[in-house]
Amino acid sequence: MNNKRYVARSTAIAARVLGDETMVMSATNSTLFTLDEVATVIWESADGATPLEEIVSKKICTQYDITPEIALKDAEGLVEELAEHGLVLLSDKPIAQSATSPGETK
Amino acid sequence: MPGVTVAELRSDVVVEIGGLPIRLRSDDPAFIRMIQDRYAGYVSSSDDASFEFDVELAPPGTESGDEDLRVTWDSGRWLMERGDFRAEWNPSTARGRIEQTINPYSLDSVLRIVHTLLLARKGGFLVHASSAIRNGRAFLFSGVSGAGKTTMAKLAPPDAALLTDEISYVTLQDGRYTAVGTPFYGELARVGENLRAPVECVYLLAKGPENKIEPIVGADAVHGLLENILFFARDPEFVKLVFDAALDFVNRVPIRRLTFVPNARVWELIV
Repeated sequence: MNNKRYVARSTAIAARVLGDETMVMSATNSTLFTLDEVATVIWESADGATPLEEIVSKKICTQYDITPEIALKDAEGLVEELAEHGLVLLSDKPIAQSATSPGETK
Repeated sequence: MPGVTVAELRSDVVVEIGGLPIRLRSDDPAFIRMIQDRYAGYVSSSDDASFEFDVELAPPGTESGDEDLRVTWDSGRWLMERGDFRAEWNPSTARGRIEQTINPYSLDSVLRIVHTLLLARKGGFLVHASSAIRNGRAFLFSGVSGAGKTTMAKLAPPDAALLTDEISYVTLQDGRYTAVGTPFYGELARVGENLRAPVECVYLLAKGPENKIEPIVGADAVHGLLENILFFARDPEFVKLVFDAALDFVNRVPIRRLTFVPNARVWELIV
C-alpha cells in the first residue's frame, strides 16, 4: 500500500518570499496567507513530484531539531490546511501540473 | 423660408484623473453639467480621451436595493454591476456604457473600478487613504472607515495640499511611486487638488493617547497595505497584479503605524 502524499502549489495563487516568510494570496478570493520559515520550506518543495515524507526527511529534519514523526504530522496538518484554502493540491500520486516556481507570480 | 432641422446631439465631458482622460457621453445636458460640477478641477479642456463611456440614464426609482458589487471579466469585457448601476467596458475598443439613474455616486463607482483595473496593469492601485503633499512629498494616511483618514485631512496645515480624504491614487511614474490627486472624496465632501508628488510614506492610522510613529515591516506591512487596497475584481490575473504591486511598493516605500491624538499637533510629525 502506498501512503505517499504529493503536494503541488496551485497555479491560482500569487506568492512572494519576504525574508524567512512567504506571502501567498489566493487569486480566487484574495485571501492572504503568511507562511513561516518551516512552512516556506515545505511550500518551496511542493513540486507535485516529491512525496511529502521525503520533503520532511530531507528538508525539515535535516535543518530543524524535530523528530520525523512529529515533523510529518505537522507538515500534513499544514498542507491539508493549505489545500482547504485552495493554495495547494494534494494527491496520493505525483501531480503533473505547471505549477509556478516558488515565489513566482504570473 | 428655408426649413431647419435640429438634431439633438449627445453632450459629453472629458474627466481626467491620474493623467487618464475618459470621455462621458449622455443625451441629458443636465447630467453632463452635474458631472462637470462634481469633477471640477478634473474636467479636461482637451478633446482627446483614452476611453469613452455612453451613459444611459434610467428613470429615478429604478435602482434595486442590491448593494453587492460584482466585477467580472466576460468575453473581452469587464462587467460591473450593483443595484444602482450596470456597466460594461471593453478595453480593446476603449469603449463602454453605463446604465444608471441621474446621480453622481454610480458614475463615481464606475470610474473607481475602471481606474483600479487600469492601474493594476501599470503597477499602481487605489487605496483607502487620505493623502496630502507637503514639501514636495506625498504622505498617505490609510485605514478602514473610522480610522481617521478624514480627521487627518481636516487637521492638515495650510502648507499641505490635500489630494483626497478618502481614496488615494498611487501610480508608477518614472520608476517612482507617485500619489495623484483625485475627485474621490469622503466625509470631507471636497474634491482633492489635482496635483502629484512622489510617495514619501504610508501611515497606517490608529487613534491613541499620544502621537507616535512606529515602523512596520515585512509581512505586517504587506498585510496592512493590502487590507486597504481597493479590490473590485475577483479575476485571478488582476489579483496577482495587485499583489505584486503591493509587494513591490512595500519594498520601496516605508510603511509606518501612526498612532495619533486627533488634534493639529499630529502634523508636527509629518515632515
